[in-house]
Amino acid sequence: MSPGPNPSTDDASLAGRVDELAALAIAARDGDRDAFEELVRRTTPSTYTLALRLTNSEEDARDVVQETYLRAYRGLKNYRGDAAFTTWLYRICANCSSTFLTTRGRHRHADLDELVEFADQSAGADVEGQSEASALKDQVAAGLAELPPRLRAVIVLRDVYDLPHEAIAAELGISVSAAKVRLHRARHKLRTQIFPELDEIDVRAM
Amino acid sequence: MSVRCDELAHQLAEVADGSHTLTLSHQRHVSQCLRCQAELVQYRKLLRAMRALRTDVLEPAPGLVSDVFAHIEAVGERTAIRSLITNHRAAYLGGLAAATAAGAAGAILVASRKSRTRVRLAS
Repeated sequence: MSPGPNPSTDDASLAGRVDELAALAIAARDGDRDAFEELVRRTTPSTYTLALRLTNSEEDARDVVQETYLRAYRGLKNYRGDAAFTTWLYRICANCSSTFLTTRGRHRHADLDELVEFADQSAGADVEGQSEASALKDQVAAGLAELPPRLRAVIVLRDVYDLPHEAIAAELGISVSAAKVRLHRARHKLRTQIFPELDEIDVRAM
Repeated sequence: MSVRCDELAHQLAEVADGSHTLTLSHQRHVSQCLRCQAELVQYRKLLRAMRALRTDVLEPAPGLVSDVFAHIEAVGERTAIRSLITNHRAAYLGGLAAATAAGAAGAILVASRKSRTRVRLAS
């Protein structure tokens, strides 16, 4: 059995990283341009990952990341340091993605090629003895990419990035109850997509 | 009273994420219903997998960081140019207003002198 990650070490390194980012953000807020540049360098991959998960397009994700940092740069004076910098940034990114998809009117699904690529990865992972958790993670990533953007945004922000319902509703411009309804629909859709057996049993029983 | 599986469908995901607790009758149903138990397990697995996705970082193609800085610079320059134009426009309009006001004051002065001269001639 391969050794798993040590949660306490992971938590400690995560906390250290959060502190460093918060310190950089406060320095940037107080006018240190180098600190802002360092902040961008350190957080760009994770911001891009979120943007990609929300838009499902590399090109759109790059545009969203650029707009996110522009808004962050302008809004940094309002950053008080009471929330983790990444949480603050993710909220901006969620808002930018939502605006971007709405203004472009592009509620599009992934290209067929992208979906096939995802599906191939998960199938390969399954048979070649990768751990069950890793294979499931790949399937979930592919399943998220197939969800309609309105549902995908809510489930990604809540279940992957752990944003509260209120923050999600505020950034997507919807009510908290609408956010909860979308979350339920997204989870149900994802579950039936990844584990279709239960629903097949229902259909056969009828 | 018997509980139906579909009554619980909306609650099982929230039970899995810890944000909801089932009533006693619903708990009893789940403890005896293999379908609901399976659904609950599936939601737990899904939520675990999604949390694990958070630590996955998808590397962007090179150049994104420099694109970010270029975008901020470009917008900053556009804003500066726009404010410069706005300032020039304000100064121009201010000058125009001042000239109009001076012209009007002059016209009033000339008109009032003329009327005084006319009164003197009449007397």
